[in-house]
Amino acid sequence: MSLKEVVGRCEALFEDLHFKSVRDWKAAAPGRKAIGFMPIYVPREIIHAAGMLPVGIFGGGDQIEVIQGDAYYQSYICRIPRSTIELGVTGRLDGLDGMLFPSICDVIRNLSGMWQIMFKDKYVRYFDVPQNFKDGVGGEYYVHEMEILRDDLAKLAGREVTDDDLRNSIRVYNDNRKAVRDLYAYRAQKPWQAPTSEVYLVVRAGMVLPPEEHTTLVREYIAAAESENRPRRDNARVVLTGSFCEQPPLGLIKSIEMAGCYIVDDDFHLVTRWHLQDVEVDGNPLWNLSKSFLHRSADTPSKYTERREDKGRFLVESVRKSGAEGVVFAAASFCDPALLERPMLLEVLDKHGIPYTAFKFAENTGQMAPIREQAGTFADSIKLWSAA
Amino acid sequence: MTTNQPTPKPAAQPGKPAASQVQKEDAMWLQKEMINKNYHDLAVAHDVGRKVSATFVPGNLNELLMCFDFARSLPETNALQNGLRKKSGKMIMDAEREGHSEDVCTYVKADLGMMQAGQIGPTGEKLPVPDVLVLSYTGCFTFMKWFELVRQKYDCETTMLHVPYQGDGKISENMVQYVVKQLKEEVIPTLERVSGVKFDIDRLREYMKESVNAEEDLVAVLQSAKNRPSPIDGYFGGVYYIGPMFTAFRGTPEASKFYSVLRGEIEERVRRKQGPITPDGEMTEEKYRLVVEGPPNWTSFRDFWKMFYEDGAVVVASTYSKVGGVYDFGFRHDADHPLESLARYCLGCYTNLNFPQRIDMICKYIDEYQADGLLINSIKSCNSFSAGQLLMLREVEKRTGKPAAFVESDLVDPRYFSAANIKNRLESYFQMINQKRRATAGAATAH
Ligand code: SF4
Ligand code: SF4
Repeated sequence: MSLKEVVGRCEALFEDLHFKSVRDWKAAAPGRKAIGFMPIYVPREIIHAAGMLPVGIFGGGDQIEVIQGDAYYQSYICRIPRSTIELGVTGRLDGLDGMLFPSICDVIRNLSGMWQIMFKDKYVRYFDVPQNFKDGVGGEYYVHEMEILRDDLAKLAGREVTDDDLRNSIRVYNDNRKAVRDLYAYRAQKPWQAPTSEVYLVVRAGMVLPPEEHTTLVREYIAAAESENRPRRDNARVVLTGSFCEQPPLGLIKSIEMAGCYIVDDDFHLVTRWHLQDVEVDGNPLWNLSKSFLHRSADTPSKYTERREDKGRFLVESVRKSGAEGVVFAAASFCDPALLERPMLLEVLDKHGIPYTAFKFAENTGQMAPIREQAGTFADSIKLWSAA
Repeated sequence: MTTNQPTPKPAAQPGKPAASQVQKEDAMWLQKEMINKNYHDLAVAHDVGRKVSATFVPGNLNELLMCFDFARSLPETNALQNGLRKKSGKMIMDAEREGHSEDVCTYVKADLGMMQAGQIGPTGEKLPVPDVLVLSYTGCFTFMKWFELVRQKYDCETTMLHVPYQGDGKISENMVQYVVKQLKEEVIPTLERVSGVKFDIDRLREYMKESVNAEEDLVAVLQSAKNRPSPIDGYFGGVYYIGPMFTAFRGTPEASKFYSVLRGEIEERVRRKQGPITPDGEMTEEKYRLVVEGPPNWTSFRDFWKMFYEDGAVVVASTYSKVGGVYDFGFRHDADHPLESLARYCLGCYTNLNFPQRIDMICKYIDEYQADGLLINSIKSCNSFSAGQLLMLREVEKRTGKPAAFVESDLVDPRYFSAANIKNRLESYFQMINQKRRATAGAATAH
């Protein structure tokens, strides 16, 4: 596929808030089921091993008008739960046979109970992950929670989910993670060839496509991007952080780029890069998923930082590894985890002499001018600073 | 989340027997003394070689902390005490000036603002930097960030107790064992190390036995609101009743004494068919019986309460009086299984219940306390309580057939208390209840 075709396909998937691709996938063989999940992380391997399609639900963005969803939330609560409810009550999520709500914050947590009330015929589970990172403590608890999920999905699928099924799924997702890691590395190396407005769409496609298909698509994109000859600009290289749950509109990402920033790392769709290395395939699959979660996974505000000295380390390393010159802190308005974390991260960045800028957005933010201006000023200051 | 004691002064009640006044004053004075003494203990702790712990109200391990002789601070209580004393507004603004977002929980900002201003506590004494932060984030993710922020500033030792959420509406054995293991392998060893005191499980058992006495009496006090008229206000008065239980006193003989005196006083009020004591004296006519969901506003606590009792509205049950433990459905600390019992206590706190459980609880209260309806005080700061309350309102109306209403305020940020607005909403709510009554009466005569 040409670059245009790959990006075009991803864009169409992104814009399709009726999740037709999911419905088509289900219709292609009898008895297929799809399970939705919200940010940040669920072990998609278990869903896949049950023969089901994991579907990432990231709210309605700026593409739907939230009418009914607003009746469920006060003005001082972020946008993603209301647009997700909008998707649900307007039937757009009818293709899903269940929903998982990971433990990311109180809003998503409460949404899990609302979903139980509002969609009584669907499988709904709040999926808690450990905040204790010892194998014998948090690990044991987590493996048990994963066993429940595995049993529930087996029941729903009407068949057993074996250890071999799980090992196979771990393999499939290791491939997918490798492809996404390669894509991120490629963008960090040549951000002019792979702008984030495209990379975002390519990774987002993985929220609705089967992982095998998505892996191929990511590889195709990298190849297609590499074959293009795109102009290289004198942009500032930045890491964008804080957007791990509610997503900024695509226009906002474009605006940041147009303002003179190359985004060389980010925390969008963290589920695709949660495990920092391959998850071990041999041995007990749930324990392997657990160990990887406890010892080799991404950092994000919803995860407890055990030691003070580790706060912000993940971000600083991301800056270093991606060769960034600064950090753009973009958090959804009213996002407690992101906004409470922010002062701590900014302090660490200060200590390391890493410049930053911070703003808030909503998934339906329409006014890009102020953000473009802020990002532009930031990019200019970085360039001046590095020239000095 | 949390609790505390606005210490409502009963107005002189001519013609009332002296005995009941004395009893009332006994409970109040006792509590006031306890609170002040605790602040003083904290202030001098380091001078007398005592270590200081800080922990949150929901899931607080007070009995366990006492086993290590810690002086015990509860930052939410500090924030609300500062709110009651109208000091929190400046603290919040100071924290925002330092870069904290206007969107986040104001308890956190009040606490950080207090630190910035030199840690002067609500009673005017300087509070010490805690030696250990016991981070149990029962029912709220903000707690985790809160103590990470405090740790960032003071580099305090921190121990985490992850209490899983009751997503399925039940406490599983896996959850209990997870919490117990954390207590054994993380929390207790850390507390031993910081305090230099060896853990003695029998000491814990003794404190727990003491807790049970107080828990029994507290439940009796809260359930006295099933009477007509209710002798207590289970929300505004309720925060005064839960004060010692939810803070540094559960498990102490002082708490047992307080609750036994209080219970005696309330039972006397039941016998005398008296209404609740408000800051303006006894409420003599009970016109509306309400259930309230959500924390109160602290900065205008009295004004808020007045809007209720002026119109003859009494709160017969509230969910807020369950944030530091749900005791009225049977849970008691269990000295025979001390660690499991601590785990079950944490797992069962109100904000750790899932949404259907919270709704069930409210419907049950409306039924058992014969309430006229539900009022939700939605708190801008608090996602843990607030996210989803509009669905809760509709569900409760649907299930009980009773009217529900919604007001909005904040915990300790005076900028978000609009008295006129709230008053209007309450007035129309009371009218709604009247209409509903007339309609029901009309329907009854039509048959
Ligand atoms: S945007 Fe933030 S506050 Fe809102 S649901 Fe996501 S993590 Fe929670
Ligand atoms: S968010 Fe709510 S429950 Fe959590 S600390 Fe703030 S006021 Fe308490």
